[in-house]
Amino acid sequence: MSATTVRPVGGGVRGWFAANSSGNVRAVVERGFRVVGSQNWAIIVSGFFEPVLYLLSMGYGVGALVGDVTGPGGHPITYAAFIAPALLATSAMNGALYDSTWNVFFKLRFAKLYQGMLATSLGPLDVAAGEIFMALFRGLLYAIGFTAVIAALGLATSWWALAMIPVALLIALGFASLGMAVTSYFTTFQQMDWINIVLLPMFLFSATLFPISAFPEAVQWFIMALPLWHGVELMRQLSVGHFEASTAVHLTYFVALSVLGIAFTTRRLRSLFLR
Amino acid sequence: MPVIEAHALTKTYGELNAVDGIDFEVAPGESFGLLGPNGAGKSTAMRMIGGTSLRTSGTLLVNGLDPETHGPEVRASLGVVPQTDNLDPELKARDNLLMYGRYFGLPYSYLRPKADELLEFAQLTDKAAEKVDNLSGGMKRRLTIARSLINDPSVLLLDEPTTGLDPQARHILWDRLFRLKETGVTLIVTTHFMDEAEQLCDRLVVMDHGRIVAEGSPASLIRQYSTREVLELRFGSERNAALVDRLRGFATRIEALPDRVLLYAEDGEESLAAVRRDGLEPVTSLVRRSSLEDVFLRLTGRSLVE
Repeated sequence: MSATTVRPVGGGVRGWFAANSSGNVRAVVERGFRVVGSQNWAIIVSGFFEPVLYLLSMGYGVGALVGDVTGPGGHPITYAAFIAPALLATSAMNGALYDSTWNVFFKLRFAKLYQGMLATSLGPLDVAAGEIFMALFRGLLYAIGFTAVIAALGLATSWWALAMIPVALLIALGFASLGMAVTSYFTTFQQMDWINIVLLPMFLFSATLFPISAFPEAVQWFIMALPLWHGVELMRQLSVGHFEASTAVHLTYFVALSVLGIAFTTRRLRSLFLR
Repeated sequence: MPVIEAHALTKTYGELNAVDGIDFEVAPGESFGLLGPNGAGKSTAMRMIGGTSLRTSGTLLVNGLDPETHGPEVRASLGVVPQTDNLDPELKARDNLLMYGRYFGLPYSYLRPKADELLEFAQLTDKAAEKVDNLSGGMKRRLTIARSLINDPSVLLLDEPTTGLDPQARHILWDRLFRLKETGVTLIVTTHFMDEAEQLCDRLVVMDHGRIVAEGSPASLIRQYSTREVLELRFGSERNAALVDRLRGFATRIEALPDRVLLYAEDGEESLAAVRRDGLEPVTSLVRRSSLEDVFLRLTGRSLVE
């Protein structure tokens, strides 16, 4: 009997799309905006304050003890100007990961929102793409806000600092796509906690609050393999408009991470949504 | 062409065979029931029809298409009422209908009047601007059912549609479903309310442990697995079991429960008279028609399924 099991499967890319998408990502985004529109704006704004508070306490509090530090290209900059771009990169990472891991997990397991969506013409690809889009939209708002704060405090010394906004989106995309794929492996809250266990040390040690030269060389190599370090360095270079060969490496790293993350999530779509 | 064709349909979760090689077909316009105790595999079968649960093996066609390879296309003509309401808590009642229609890619020019019509149908017109969380359980259920009709589905999947509803709401719902059936909509219903199955279903299958154990119309199942009537006798809990042997001659089949003895017979009154002639006087007696519930309990047993 099992040998004769027939499973008509549409072939190739086209077949894959027919199985996973109706091409209606717009409806998922529309729902997202409708919810944002009816939400309490205080909740949305609160997410914006986290990096601002870090900047004020660490940048100016610790900064008063530390004085100037060595910035990109060896130029001295204030401690606040040193950590501000790093905080922007971290905020882009945290926001994107929160939306693509905890939020997706909750809507999937508890609110059963996706269960409802997937009972319609929507396919898992539509839902995933729509949710990543919404995560990036939120990231865009925060990036604009925080960049404005950095500029207002005089911590950005180049027009290139404006490029931090699209780059924040790239960083968010890389983390969001990876985060969603990883979430597909998790079934309990305890497992979800692993995400935080990875994130906190990455934030503390990715040359965010002090230069990477503080570590022995072997540790430096390890940190340089992690995504956040590339994001931090990239942002720091943009904030002062100083570029070198490594700028291209950092950018390439995130483009590659995004491509891989999207491919990975795509592969895990069915495991994530169609259990 | 059948609306649904399932052959050797199987879904395995690890060691558990949730659905264990079932075969069934549903004709257009038919009202088809999946009956079974909790964990029998009904909901899993429903999810596979919608393509939101991937099967382990077997074949399944919905309107001639495989829901796994053509999920969005298959679901465009399906309406789904899940077992637990999954309304969007972040949207208002009417917006729930509108957004759900948007997921089907339908235009607002169609959706606005349709949403109002469905709110009327679900008797929720005055709750249109209410947040979902502020609705009662019955209202949420009605809204979920209204939502499932937003795309004018040709096949409606109802997973325990009236669980948690009061009798008034159940009867209203049955009436609405019957009207949909009259317009040619195919209904697929899972339930463990036997009166619901008798009300709604032209034909049904009884599932147990992932398998189909019986199939037919409610009336034919009663004929096949039960007698026309049932005589229920109570002699007091100490005596019930002891009297079974003495009662055996008066019925086609006999079942002793802790609180009463059931005698399955063609003519219950006649059996009762015969019991009395034999010198036995029950504390209480009741003659009733056999129901689907008798069939169900016979096929799936009386022990609790966890």
